[in-house]
Amino acid sequence: MEKVKVEGLNAYFSNIHALKGINISIKEKKVTAIIGPSGCGKSTFIRCINRLHEVVPHAKVSGRILFDGKDIYSSAIDPIEIRRRIGMVFQRPNPFPVLSIYDNVAAGLKLNGMKRKDDLDEIVEKTLKMAALWDEVKNKLNASGVSLSGGQQQRLCIARTLAVKPEVILFDEPCSALDPISTAKIEELIFQLKENYTIIIVTHNMQQAARVSDYTSFFLLGELVEFGKTQDIFTAPKDKRTEAYITGRFG
Amino acid sequence: MERHFDDELKDLKQKLIEMSSIIEEMIAKSVIALKDRKKEFIDEVLEKEKTVNMMQITIDDMALKLIALRQPAAGDLRFIVSAIKINSDLERIGDLAVNISQCTEKLLKEPQVKPLIDIPRMAEISQSMVKDAIDSFIKQDSSLARDVCRRDDLVDNLNAQIFRELLIYMLQDTKIINRAIGLILVARNLERIADHATNIGEDVYYIVEGKDIRHHLQDSQKKI
Repeated sequence: MEKVKVEGLNAYFSNIHALKGINISIKEKKVTAIIGPSGCGKSTFIRCINRLHEVVPHAKVSGRILFDGKDIYSSAIDPIEIRRRIGMVFQRPNPFPVLSIYDNVAAGLKLNGMKRKDDLDEIVEKTLKMAALWDEVKNKLNASGVSLSGGQQQRLCIARTLAVKPEVILFDEPCSALDPISTAKIEELIFQLKENYTIIIVTHNMQQAARVSDYTSFFLLGELVEFGKTQDIFTAPKDKRTEAYITGRFG
Repeated sequence: MERHFDDELKDLKQKLIEMSSIIEEMIAKSVIALKDRKKEFIDEVLEKEKTVNMMQITIDDMALKLIALRQPAAGDLRFIVSAIKINSDLERIGDLAVNISQCTEKLLKEPQVKPLIDIPRMAEISQSMVKDAIDSFIKQDSSLARDVCRRDDLVDNLNAQIFRELLIYMLQDTKIINRAIGLILVARNLERIADHATNIGEDVYYIVEGKDIRHHLQDSQKKI
């Protein structure tokens, strides 16, 4: 079943046409990887999916993005609500620097009006467990979020995203600042998360796309060149440009 | 973009080409030894098998190293995986040429049962299948590869025909049973050589087109 359907999506930065007529269906509870060389529009694409693109000055979007069948760009839709339901994890771990580990996870819940400590405790523990971080931080929940290692900080950010119960999680190169062990932990986590969430991951690491995703889309110069099952894309891609990119002949 | 990886893939391909030229020679010599009763060729075939065995190990090593160090994808991955399979098919073809030579060694100790007609024909087709399978690999020619696969039926039919004919000879004269069985085994080995050439053709088709035609060639022929 499709969770997100993108139809004729165009995105611009002032006069720069960054995405050109993208059509793609994102399947529910699957991992879809977005690959392509720098500047091909990968990050712009996922930032359109949770309406973050429009916060950039002079940025524009046209086309439709249907989320559970409803156009997220319709005037009746609240972008804040969309960003809650479609969470995002960024390239560099960015925990709130002045907040404790506990408060980093609880921040979104408090902003949404949750006050009862018991409820907060329960969700903080549950999401830290889901993010495979609980055992490492359970005895220091009041320590600062930035006191953690890079890999732990990234898992904290994932826990923070999970706490507000999103349906889709967008990962924008989540491992590019991490060492191989932390990367392996995040990849394992993504594998577990897809049981309950729809995941879209932008990655420069082709092996990562091959390891974690069910579907892969290849972007080039703002266009979607090829989209298909990851297994097919990495063994027998249909488009010569996809073949050239994933075999390292350009990019 | 130029890749150092391309040179390594070229080396792997070159090694397979070297191995296949030895294999072609082994088949040719094993057949001439039987047809023209030239015993000296038998020893040459046996000697070459040792080289082929060493080459098989080298090629597997090269391919494994490329998988481990380069994490190949798409066409590169198909090429390397198929190279491993072709390597194994070539080595088996070498073994079958040795089998033919060993049968020939015994056959040459006695007079011919009958003039050989179908076995040389069968050998010619099997040999051309191996040659074309290798050519299709060198040129990455998928239509030649498919053509090789189609010829396998001709060899299978000849094998059945040879068996029937020799069976009649054996029923008529029990003194020739040993020699007739020797010829049946030669035919059987030629038929197996054609099977391995077919495997190589299927692998080449997969490398070039990304489509698997094993076990359902008839279906894919209908679609094409």
